[in-house]
Amino acid sequence: MQIFAVRKNLRPQQRTAMTFVSFLLPITLWCLVSYLPFLWHPMIEIEKKGSVSYFKPGMLVEREVFSQEFDNALANNLTLPAGTRSNPIYLPAPHEVAAALYTSFTTEPKRRSEKWLHESLWDSIQVIFWGFVLSSIVGVPLGILAGTYDFFSRLFEPFIEFFRYLPAPAFGALAVAILGIYHAPKIAIIFIGTFFQQVLVIANTTRKLDPALLEAAQTLGAKDRSLLFKVVVPGIFPDLYRDMRILLGWAWTYLIVSELVGTSSGITWFITQQARYKNFDNVFAAIIIIGVIGLATDIILSLIGKRLFPWQRAESTV
Amino acid sequence: MNHDPSIIQSAADYLEQSDKVKDRFERLKQRPVTLEVKNLYKVFETPKGNITALKDINFKAYRREFVCVIGPSGCGKSTLVRILAGLDSATSGSMLLNGEEVSGPCPDRGMVFQGYTLFPWLSVKRNVMFGLLESGHSRSNAEEQAMQWIELVGLSKFADSYPHQLSGGMKQRVAIARALANQPKILFMDEPFGALDPQTRTKMQSHLMEIWRNINITIVFITHDLDEAIYLADRILVLKAHPGEVEEVIEVPVSQPRDPSQFLSKEFLATKRRLEELIHPAEEAEDTNSDKLNMVRMVHVDDDVPSVL
Repeated sequence: MQIFAVRKNLRPQQRTAMTFVSFLLPITLWCLVSYLPFLWHPMIEIEKKGSVSYFKPGMLVEREVFSQEFDNALANNLTLPAGTRSNPIYLPAPHEVAAALYTSFTTEPKRRSEKWLHESLWDSIQVIFWGFVLSSIVGVPLGILAGTYDFFSRLFEPFIEFFRYLPAPAFGALAVAILGIYHAPKIAIIFIGTFFQQVLVIANTTRKLDPALLEAAQTLGAKDRSLLFKVVVPGIFPDLYRDMRILLGWAWTYLIVSELVGTSSGITWFITQQARYKNFDNVFAAIIIIGVIGLATDIILSLIGKRLFPWQRAESTV
Repeated sequence: MNHDPSIIQSAADYLEQSDKVKDRFERLKQRPVTLEVKNLYKVFETPKGNITALKDINFKAYRREFVCVIGPSGCGKSTLVRILAGLDSATSGSMLLNGEEVSGPCPDRGMVFQGYTLFPWLSVKRNVMFGLLESGHSRSNAEEQAMQWIELVGLSKFADSYPHQLSGGMKQRVAIARALANQPKILFMDEPFGALDPQTRTKMQSHLMEIWRNINITIVFITHDLDEAIYLADRILVLKAHPGEVEEVIEVPVSQPRDPSQFLSKEFLATKRRLEELIHPAEEAEDTNSDKLNMVRMVHVDDDVPSVL
């Protein structure tokens, strides 16, 4: 079978293989840059300071500076400094990050008041959970109402359409003033970031329900509430579920900003703290963990979706 | 259009009814009127002005009668059936169901759509139960009745399947069972077999005839297929387009009960000729010309095959 066929699926094994390749590709690039000294490596890690007074073993200096000092020492017949090419500190090698994925969980916080990584992660997950759940409790019913009744559509949507252009982080200071400095303002930011999009997206999804289904239900005697709860809601449920998965992804993007509001907390606090200590392997590890949690949640939700909606054919739940 | 003299000669053949058929129609017209449509108009207001889609429609459907509505595209047959089912409102005029004026959709007037419109999230059984539960039957009662209707359309084995697991013909049988389960006084069908392939279509027509013979139901059936109309209908309401008006109500002279062998009977062919005259009248020369492709010969000069004719 042809590999480049316009809008034709590859064979299943090929598709699985490509999934691996799509992860392998950036990791390979990262490995190449990290392990091949002639690629990039703009710094020199000092091994012997030689005659250069300010060099220290383990120190990173730019290649230009090193070669100047080297030439200098050579010209003056002094002991030569020695070092190996290395990448800047902010680009740790894959194996370092891999190790950090484990050690960042096992390393005790530097100060007693600070949190372990798993505690920070748990904080983040709580913030995002409550932000998303609160938004959905209000947003889903409003979206369905607005998509079903023109009255509610006209009542809510014009203002929401305006409000969604206001960037959620802009409400940070206000949220802190009203809600204090702990979890509440962070949840509020995620709420603001999610809610307005949610209403509009769900209203649109609701409007896409085949009107013929509503007509059929009406000729079968369904009216008002019955139409809403027995036709509209079950009819849009698979699409609604898919929307929620996408919206949850958006909520994650607001997480980092929201955690900077008030007292920094959660995974963002961990990342900024580790960056301050120059433990960039931990920073990368934390970022990867966010990605893994996000992807894992989505895959789990998608699997649950397949079981929830047996009438949906395989292709529509991808 | 064909101007063969033999056809012109027999143009009125469709009015000739055998004694048996004549007798049947006389008895049919003695039956109570299930649906009466009086002076029905539908006008669409558009920015370019008003468009009259339906103009002064009057007709009656008698109890247990099978009426087909046929007409050229744009004659408003779908609009008509949607108004009758209560899904659209008429601009003026009235419709009486068993003598009572009705408006808006209600379970007394069932509807089967071309697009099946089964609820994809419900199994076949639950689809058929939908209307029963809406009208307040208990779950066990609804289930029992639903199973009877499903059996009637021959889908007992598929009661727990979801609509997407069924073929088009099976879906439409479920849709029919679902509409009938409410025991409507009248069933409207809007080109229900239009999306099916010819074999399935023929089978579905026979199924429908059988169902109709065995239960107490009046059917108004929209189609654009002449054979289908003649095969199914007691009477055919022929509409013409722009505006949609009743052109003629034809009493189909083909004797009941129908079976596919009658497709070639004298009465059948005569009726079909009449319908063709009404629906595809010999158009004016300019009209037919504009409909033709403006083709020049576009094959290569040294093409091996000189002409396809």
